[in-house]
Amino acid sequence: MFGDYSLGDLGAIFAMQGFAGLILFSVYVLMALGLAIIFGQMGVINMAHGEFMILGAYVTWMTSNAVQQFAPWLFPGYFFIAMTLAFIASGALGMLVEWAMIRHLYKRPLDTLLATWGLSLILQQAYRSVFGAREVGVELPEWMMGSWQATDSIQIPINGMFVMALTILITIAVAYVLFWSSWGKQVRAVVQNRVMAGAVGINTEKVDRYTFGLGCGIAGVAGSAFTMIGSTGPTAGQLYIVDTFLVVVFGGAASLFGTIASAFSISQTQSTLEFFLSGSMAKVITLLTIVAILMVRPQGLFALKVRK
Amino acid sequence: MINARFFNRSELIGFLALAVLLFVILPLSLDIFRLNLVAKYLTYAFVGIGLVICWGYGGILSLGQGVFFGLGGYCMAMYLKLEASSVENTKIQSTPGIPDFMDWNQLTALPFFWKPFHSFPLTLVAILLVPGIFALIIGAAMFKRRVGGVYFAIITQAIAAILTILIIGQQGYTGGVNGITDLRTLHGWDIRTDHAKFILYFVEVVLLFACIIAAQFIRLTKLGRILVAMREQEDRVRFSGYSVANFKIFAFCAAAIFAAIGGAMFTLEVGFMSPSFVGIVPSIEMVIYTAVGGRMSIFGAVWGSLLVNFAKTSLSESFPQLWLFGLGALFIAVVLAFPNGLSGIWADYVQPRVDRLFGSRKSGWNDNSVADGAPAE
Amino acid sequence: MLVGHQPKDFLLAVSGLTVSFDGFKAVNDLSFYVEENEIRVIIGPNGAGKTTVLDLICGKTKATSGSIQFRGQELTKMKENEIVQTGVGRKFQTPSVFEDLTVFENLEISFPRGRTVFGSLTFQRDQPVKERVGEVAEMIFLKDRLDTYGSELSHGQKQWLEIGMLLIQDPDLLMLDEPVAGMSVSERAKTAELLNRIIKNRSVLVIEHDMKFVEDIAHKVTVLHQGQILSEGTMEKVKNDPKVIEVYLGH
Repeated sequence: MFGDYSLGDLGAIFAMQGFAGLILFSVYVLMALGLAIIFGQMGVINMAHGEFMILGAYVTWMTSNAVQQFAPWLFPGYFFIAMTLAFIASGALGMLVEWAMIRHLYKRPLDTLLATWGLSLILQQAYRSVFGAREVGVELPEWMMGSWQATDSIQIPINGMFVMALTILITIAVAYVLFWSSWGKQVRAVVQNRVMAGAVGINTEKVDRYTFGLGCGIAGVAGSAFTMIGSTGPTAGQLYIVDTFLVVVFGGAASLFGTIASAFSISQTQSTLEFFLSGSMAKVITLLTIVAILMVRPQGLFALKVRK
Repeated sequence: MINARFFNRSELIGFLALAVLLFVILPLSLDIFRLNLVAKYLTYAFVGIGLVICWGYGGILSLGQGVFFGLGGYCMAMYLKLEASSVENTKIQSTPGIPDFMDWNQLTALPFFWKPFHSFPLTLVAILLVPGIFALIIGAAMFKRRVGGVYFAIITQAIAAILTILIIGQQGYTGGVNGITDLRTLHGWDIRTDHAKFILYFVEVVLLFACIIAAQFIRLTKLGRILVAMREQEDRVRFSGYSVANFKIFAFCAAAIFAAIGGAMFTLEVGFMSPSFVGIVPSIEMVIYTAVGGRMSIFGAVWGSLLVNFAKTSLSESFPQLWLFGLGALFIAVVLAFPNGLSGIWADYVQPRVDRLFGSRKSGWNDNSVADGAPAE
Repeated sequence: MLVGHQPKDFLLAVSGLTVSFDGFKAVNDLSFYVEENEIRVIIGPNGAGKTTVLDLICGKTKATSGSIQFRGQELTKMKENEIVQTGVGRKFQTPSVFEDLTVFENLEISFPRGRTVFGSLTFQRDQPVKERVGEVAEMIFLKDRLDTYGSELSHGQKQWLEIGMLLIQDPDLLMLDEPVAGMSVSERAKTAELLNRIIKNRSVLVIEHDMKFVEDIAHKVTVLHQGQILSEGTMEKVKNDPKVIEVYLGH
């Protein structure tokens, strides 16, 4: 497999594929963060998570168009506006869904999976009816185009670095909210003992709704980032949902660090393999490896041993 | 075998009504094109019956039933394809005697795993064994390690994704995204004629009833009750001396084999097999059919497959946009409001009225309505 | 270990049993022995590791180290269902019966026959099964409720049903986790009577807080505290042990 390349070539290949992998890693992390919050903290399987992400992508696309048309001077910085709007749109939709659907299903996790699948079908068709079946792409502001020439043979695209930096910031923000803010403490209290949390005066319904909203909002931000590196179509979200679930499960559902580590190893494996094998075989091997590891270690990579 | 003990009164009525519909009414009233469509819908009923046992009773939700449906279908398709690719039929190819798509992909010899499919008896065995053994391996690996519920669902879904990508990627061996097409004869008998389609319809319905009876048999044995017991108190079953994993493996394998029979019949009825019946979307749609019919009801699974597919065909013919909205809404409504699906609605609302109308003895719809409420994982 | 020094009449021999959860030792180097036909009650404050000990014996929790010998067989290496088949029965603290099955079916599932997949496919509801189910149902005061679904039983009735499910297994060692907790006074009396009847000819390991009840039935009492044995012996001896009084009975 490595026979035809010189050592220097291989180094460059690994570096570039590694960076391509880092972009995939960013999308996985952003999608998985939201899912890990919803699944890990609430036990809800949100199969429509990909559609929440795509909503964010469409919002970004619309913002980009609107800014270009009405306020071109704002264009270099439009992305930050778009991201905020994407977070609000997806988060609001998430809270609505929680109120209308999810809250009736907390005791039936498998049923949340089925119901949210139904939701994903509706959202996909809604996108198709509103935005058309064709994929759309946003135009990048000038400063994000081009790439940084690290060495003679290694080029790193600027939009990729931007998305990565963004991912790191969002991850830190989520970690802060969940682990250090008082609201995060409430969320964890509700997760650990709903009845008791209610008894000490936490409004569990509100916590549920905001948690779900936060998870979906982060998916929306993921969608914003996604527009930097891929084009947006009604079913683009569905392509990522299984991978993302595997990322979350593989990392050990309740562990934020596990989610990130697992997103990293999965995206790097896939992108490195992709260079040497066909894309589909790389994916098959990556997924098979995850499934095989999960069969040996069903609790995921980073799960605590606790008394049940 | 089919007596008052095996089916209670209302089940017997359900059984007879379905038999009359499928054996008499539909063949007499539909033209061959529509009858063939019904036959296609009914292939999903096999999957549904398996899901009733595995999911409804055992509480094991598999989102990978398309895998087994596909494996059964591909086994049958491989046999038919080899028969259609005789040296004589394929003499224009650079390597005659192998399927056309292999020739297009520069294969010069038949891959080893295709060879057994020259034989019809071996094919029939493979249709049952390949999916059965695959399910056994997955089941043993997961259930022995106590992977269940949501995790099992996600992993089966991943397996469906993997198999689809693999089939599409390995074009030369599998026919790729187009699948295995241009199938002609079964053991020398042309399956494309109207007459053959008519016969195949009846073969399928007979098989379907055989599967219904098999599933009903499983349901009524102690094993059926252990499945229900396991669904709600896994530990209590374990501490009653049973190996929970083995029972789950059995239910999963049974469901896989039912699905495989459906898949094999699908290939015969429709005349091709492709990865679009294997992946995540078809797998989850099969769960929808079962949920709509009623996850606790064997007959419900058959009705669910028929009605949802009928709705799908008629709606997507005239309003393709509405269809996905309708399907999504249907799914949400069933899960939220009617967890026991059509059969639950029937048992709760229609059955009592019918009974009152005929002034009959108190009916015993029994197990279907009893396990009411939320049959969670 | 010296051969021949091992007394033969111990039914259950627990030695050096330890389990830790993330470094926290819920059970710490625990050893005790239960004889044939002995009724042993384990008491101790909350968090002493009582339920964990039962979990370890019946295989629900795996031991970190130590050994549990039952009739000379090592239980720590067996699966739950194999442990049941050697003759250990366990009742949980919260009643766990099958709510979607009838009382008859609940008892029938526990009948020790046809426990394999194919055994259960070919299982016949024959005369011996019906007789035994009827017999046990009478003992647990549910004879006229055989067709009632588990979900329709009261809390006390569920406790009895679970005891009945154990009874029909006919175990040599019966482990009961707070069998009278949450019961009304009259149910309590009936349960005491039931337990007194079923503990004949077998060994029983009971966790219970109700001291009156403990005094009534216990041959020997083991007091657990922080995963270790604080005191062991007759109720009289334990009651007068100053260590026990300090941590438990004194309150």
